[in-house]
Amino acid sequence: MILKGRVWKFGNNIDTDAIIPARYLNTSDPKELAKHVMEDADKDFPAKVKKGDIIIAENNFGCGSSREHAPIAIKAAGVQAVIAKSFARIFYRNAFNIGLPIFESDEASEKTKQGDEIEIDADRGIIKNITKNEQYISKPIPSFMQELISAGGLIEWTKRKMAILNQPT
Amino acid sequence: MTISEKILAAHSGKEALSPGELINAQVDFILANDITAPIAIDEFKKIGTQSVFNKDRIAFIPDHFAPQKDIKAAEQCKILKEFSKAFDLGLYFEVGRMGIEHALLPEEGLVVPGDLIIGADSHTCTYGALGAFSTGVGSTDFASAMATGECWFKVPESMKFIYYGKLNKWVGGKDLILHTIGDIGVDGALYRAMEFEGEIIRMLPMHARLTMCNMAIEAGGKNGIIVPDEITEGYVKKRAKRKYNFYSSDKDATYVEVREYDCSKIPITVSCPHLPSNTKPAEELSQVTVDQIVIGSCTNGRIEDLREAAQVIKGKKVHDYVRMIVIPATQKIYLQAVKEGLAEIFINAGAVFSTPTCGPCLGGHMGVLAEGERAIATTNRNFAGRMGHPKSEVYLSNPSTAAASAVLGRISIPEEVV
Repeated sequence: MILKGRVWKFGNNIDTDAIIPARYLNTSDPKELAKHVMEDADKDFPAKVKKGDIIIAENNFGCGSSREHAPIAIKAAGVQAVIAKSFARIFYRNAFNIGLPIFESDEASEKTKQGDEIEIDADRGIIKNITKNEQYISKPIPSFMQELISAGGLIEWTKRKMAILNQPT
Repeated sequence: MTISEKILAAHSGKEALSPGELINAQVDFILANDITAPIAIDEFKKIGTQSVFNKDRIAFIPDHFAPQKDIKAAEQCKILKEFSKAFDLGLYFEVGRMGIEHALLPEEGLVVPGDLIIGADSHTCTYGALGAFSTGVGSTDFASAMATGECWFKVPESMKFIYYGKLNKWVGGKDLILHTIGDIGVDGALYRAMEFEGEIIRMLPMHARLTMCNMAIEAGGKNGIIVPDEITEGYVKKRAKRKYNFYSSDKDATYVEVREYDCSKIPITVSCPHLPSNTKPAEELSQVTVDQIVIGSCTNGRIEDLREAAQVIKGKKVHDYVRMIVIPATQKIYLQAVKEGLAEIFINAGAVFSTPTCGPCLGGHMGVLAEGERAIATTNRNFAGRMGHPKSEVYLSNPSTAAASAVLGRISIPEEVV
């Protein structure tokens, strides 16, 4: 899987209230949520973000609440991947469960600039910065998470597991 | 093995396991609320199964935007009710019987020591205070567990926190956990189990233990946990609806890090905007004026918290330009507060005494901040915009400090008022 897009930079500890403020959680409609994505971190972001863009942040991205609305809003806004130095654990689970590709890379977080064009080779864990002609490494994705991705998310994975369990023996 | 490792091993049919291992484990109990359950129910329907893993181990609790704050919130809450009816679930809590989930479930003895619990709410880590392994997940994880009774886990490394010495006056569980988060940072325990112990923890009452484990997530922790003892037994024996198991950590258990705190050096602690780790001694913040006080939430909405606040504000008045909102976390706590005369103390002081809700903690309703307004709250998060306008501010404290601040209209320590 190759993901190519334009970079938006964010800092440390981007919390789920910044990704999708709780005042909008009286709905779970992805399109509604996308209208407010990252609004409290950058109020113009929902208007500026384009399909295929990539978010790059620093440490502990997605800390705070367990709201799955956060990765849903990011995905529905057209952002195709998030790269950070580290992710908060519930956000990390949620992203894989719903099929939002995320990557951990210190180098990409430190060396990219807003607006850079990058290309992520998800299978090889290589991030190419086309603008700067540089290349960064991302942490390998654990094999179980790869299994989730190839199943198409946790629900598909669960369906398969249940089908196997329920097979007549 | 640590207590966390033992509970995970027992629920995954393993004799032993070690940090980093991925396991599939049987859960004892799962819960979701009006924010997270609607997505979970949608995802559950996609699985296509006609039954849930156990009708009596799934709690649906509309507490965040309930009592239903607007039409959209009402539609969300309705999804929980309709699903609970359709699947004949035993643990749907309608408004009037509901409480804030993490206060309600321990109070009702529905979550017990030794359990493996997941909840579609980040503060599910609260039940570690009972000696359970309990952690927050998203809606899709909840949906999958609702169908299968299972969830995947990466066994966390454990980190030990030892509290010794003597607690200062007015310092309690909230101060200990805020101080700890201030020390290690909001990702200081990322992916880790936080095990609290030491002579101070052994004498700490259950409500304060619940407060501490509740905020493990604010340090990035996967769970907070306290090895059960007589205090645990005293709390659960009259409540538990099921058999429970006490697990403990082995003497030679492995901890990735051990931190010790001399409690005589821990002052009344306040987290300043906009991170729970941005802590300062309350005494240093006496110039900070406030517009709103919130006493409640899954962190500090228990009867002992209300007593502590009432003790400070009894016979005093809330400052003219301050609104004070007191929210008992459950109906039982509400009734108890009425019986004990706490409700009267708050109302006579000029405070609001509200039905249970998470409301203001997440800027939902029942006390939302305007631009430039500032609150001191006994809640758990102070991210920008958490309680309302993106340019409002939240300071986090214990109940006595919040009550004292209500009287003086600025951040105050209880001694200034009592």
